[in-house]
Amino acid sequence: MRIHIRNGRLIDPASNTDKPLDLFIAAGRIVGVGGTAPAAWGDGGANSVLDASGCIVCPGLVDLAARLREPGFEYRATLESEMAAAAAGGVTRLACPPDTDPVLDEPGLVEMLTHRARLPEFAHVHPVGALTTQLEGKALTEMTELSEAGCVAFGQANHAIVDTQVLLRAMMYAATFDFPVWLQAQDPFLAKKGVAHDGEVAARLGLAGIPVAAETIALATILHLARETGARVHVTRISSAAGVDMIVAARAAGIAVTCDVAIHHLHLCEMDIGFFDANARLDPPLRSMRDRDALRAGLALGAINALCSDHTPVDDDGKQMPFEEAEVGATGLELLLPLTLKWAQEMKLPLVTALARVTSDPARILGVKAGSLAVGAAADICVFDPMAKFQVSRRNLKSQGKNTPFLGSEFPGRVRYTLIDGHLAFDGTLG
Amino acid sequence: MHKSPQLNKHGELQHLLTIEGLPRDVLTHILDTAAPFSEVAEREVKKVPLLRGKSVFNLFFENSTRTRTTFEIAAKRLSADVINLNINTSSANKGETLLDTADNLSAMHADMFVVRHAASGAPFLIAQHMAATGRDHIHVVNAGDGRHAHPTQGLLDMYTIRHYKADFTRLTVAIVGDVLHSRVARSQIHALITLGVPEVRVIAPKTLLPTGIERLGVRVFNDMREGLRGVDVVMMLRLQNERMQGALLPSTQEYFKSYGLTPEKLALAKPDAIVMHPGPMNRGVEIDSAVADGGQAVILPQVTFGIAVRMAVMAMLAGN
Repeated sequence: MRIHIRNGRLIDPASNTDKPLDLFIAAGRIVGVGGTAPAAWGDGGANSVLDASGCIVCPGLVDLAARLREPGFEYRATLESEMAAAAAGGVTRLACPPDTDPVLDEPGLVEMLTHRARLPEFAHVHPVGALTTQLEGKALTEMTELSEAGCVAFGQANHAIVDTQVLLRAMMYAATFDFPVWLQAQDPFLAKKGVAHDGEVAARLGLAGIPVAAETIALATILHLARETGARVHVTRISSAAGVDMIVAARAAGIAVTCDVAIHHLHLCEMDIGFFDANARLDPPLRSMRDRDALRAGLALGAINALCSDHTPVDDDGKQMPFEEAEVGATGLELLLPLTLKWAQEMKLPLVTALARVTSDPARILGVKAGSLAVGAAADICVFDPMAKFQVSRRNLKSQGKNTPFLGSEFPGRVRYTLIDGHLAFDGTLG
Repeated sequence: MHKSPQLNKHGELQHLLTIEGLPRDVLTHILDTAAPFSEVAEREVKKVPLLRGKSVFNLFFENSTRTRTTFEIAAKRLSADVINLNINTSSANKGETLLDTADNLSAMHADMFVVRHAASGAPFLIAQHMAATGRDHIHVVNAGDGRHAHPTQGLLDMYTIRHYKADFTRLTVAIVGDVLHSRVARSQIHALITLGVPEVRVIAPKTLLPTGIERLGVRVFNDMREGLRGVDVVMMLRLQNERMQGALLPSTQEYFKSYGLTPEKLALAKPDAIVMHPGPMNRGVEIDSAVADGGQAVILPQVTFGIAVRMAVMAMLAGN
C-alpha cells in the first residue's frame, strides 16, 4: 500500500519542521518527505492520494493517559468504542492506566489487553502496569514479567501508596531494572473525602476540599525518594502552581523527573464547577485560576513535559448524581487535539512547540520510537484542519463516555485523516 | 456562563435552591409576602386556599423532624396535600437513584418537591433534571443540602432580624460556630450581604472555617470576645456531636469555654442585641441556658416566623 499525502503543511516537532511538504508512505512506514515521490516507490505511483489542502500533517498524537475501561468496566466503554474515539481524535498511541477490573497486575491480563488491541485500525496501546498488587500499596507486582508482557511503566493510577516504606521499595525495585515509575502526587489523608479544590468555590458550594498541600506533600515525598533511589519518575496529572515549581526545582537539583498535565486542568479551574456540574468532578480537582495559569505557562516552557487527555469514560448513571457522589473523570480522547490548539492559540505558541507536547515529548516519556515524521518512522499520522470547528456534543463524540465539562463548547481543529502504521484508521471526509 | 437554574426565563423564581445570586428585591419580596401569612396562624381557621389541589412532596433523604414539620404545616396552611417521604429508610437503600425517585414521584403528579439531602447540590440536580425533561411545572425547594445551603432558614432569619431591627444597612451581625459544615451559615451570609448588612462577621476556630470564607464578604474572627464587640445580632450555629470525634475540636467543654455564648460574652454585644439559633440547640455546648432562655433570645419567634416564610416561598412558587 502506497499512500501520498499531498498539499499539506507538515509539522514535525521532532525535527522542528513546519513547512508545506508532501508525505509518502509505503508498507506502513514513511518513505519520503518532500515534493517528489521517492525513487524506492518505483513506477506504480500511489494506491491512495489523501488531499491535505488547508490541513496540517503531524505525527499521530501520543496520549499518556487514556482509560479504555477494559477489562472490567465494559458498560462504561469498550475497546472498540474508545479506539474509534482515539482514531477520530488523531491519537495513534496511548498509555492506559492499570486501574481496570481486574487491575493490570498480572502478565496474562496485560497480554490479553495488548492482544485485543492489536487491530490495524486501533491505536498502539501501552499498558502501564500496577506497581503494587491490586493497587493496594502493599506488595510489589512481578515487574519484569509485566514488562515482558508489554508494560512500559509502573504506576498506581489514582491510588496512592500510603505506606512510604512500600513506596521506597517499589521505587528501588523499579530502579533496579530501570523501569519508569508513574505516580500521581496526592496525599490520601489530606485528600480524604475531598471532592473539589480547597478554595473559594468549595467554600461557597459547601464541598469538602482538597488543599494544594495534598499535592505538594506527596510530591515532596516522591521527589525525595526519586533522589534516594535513582528511579525514573514521571509525575502524572500535576494540578497546582506550587507543584510545577517543585518539579522545576527538583530538575535543577539533578533529579530526573518528568510530568504531565491533563487537558481539563489546562483549560478549566474551580469556577467551572458552576452549579455542581458533575462532569467537572475530576481527580485531581480543578484548582484556582492562578494554578491553571501556571500550568499553561509551565507546559509552554516545557517545565511540564506533556499534555494528556486523562480520558475517563463514565456512564450517565455515574454522573447523574450529586457532585460529591458522582464518579470521577471526563472523556477526553477526542478533545486532546482541539484543546492543544486552543491552548496554543491563547498562549500565542508556535504550533510546532504546542504539538510537541502531544507527540514527540510524550513519546520520549513512553520510551518508544514514535511521534516523528522522519523517513523510516512508522506512518502514525494525524491530518487535521486547524480552521474547522469541533463541536463538543453527545452526538459528535465517538467515545462511549459523553461526560465532559466541555459539552456544548466549540473548539478549533477537526481531524481529517488518522493513519496508524499506514492504515487509514479514520476518514473525516466520510461525514 | 452558568445559568442560574432557579430563575425562569422571565427572571422569576422557579425553584428556591440557594440565596446566592438572588437579587435584593426578590429577597425583600419574599419577606414582604411572608408578613401577612404570620397572621393566618392567629386565625380561628388557620388556612388559606393558595395551594388547594396541589401536591407537595417532602423528600427527606436525611433525618429532620423540625424542618420537615414546619414545611408540612406551611403547606397544609396553604391547603396543599402533603406527602412525607423519609427516603433514607426506603428506596435509597434499595439502590434507587435520586433521579429515579424524583421521576417516580413526578409521575404521581407532584407539584412541588421539598428536598433535604446530605449531599451538597442534590436539589440542583433534581431541578436541572426536571428542566431537562420538560417538567417545568414542578418546583423544587431546597430544605437543606449537605453543607451548601438552607435558603428558607436564611430567609426566616432575615425575617426575624427585620422584625426586631428594621434596617439591615445599619447592622453588624456575627455568625458563631461551625461555619465549615453549616449550610445555614452559608445561606445567612449570602442573605445578609444581599440585604445590605455592612458588616458580617464569622467567629470560629480555624478548624471550623472553610478556606477562602472571607471571599464571601465576611470578616473573620477567631476570638469570640473580639468578634462580638458591638454587634446587633448574634447568630449561633449548631455544633454537631460527631465533630468531636475527628481532629477538629478537643472537647465540648473546651469548645464551650472559647465559643459558647454565655451572658458574660453576650454583654460585649450591643445591649439590645438579639440572639438567634436555627435549632436544635446544644445547651452547654454552643449556648448557655441563661442566654437561650434569656430576654435577648428570639429563638422561638424564629420557629414561628419560619412557617410564615415557608408559606410565602411555596405560595410564590406554586400559588394559584
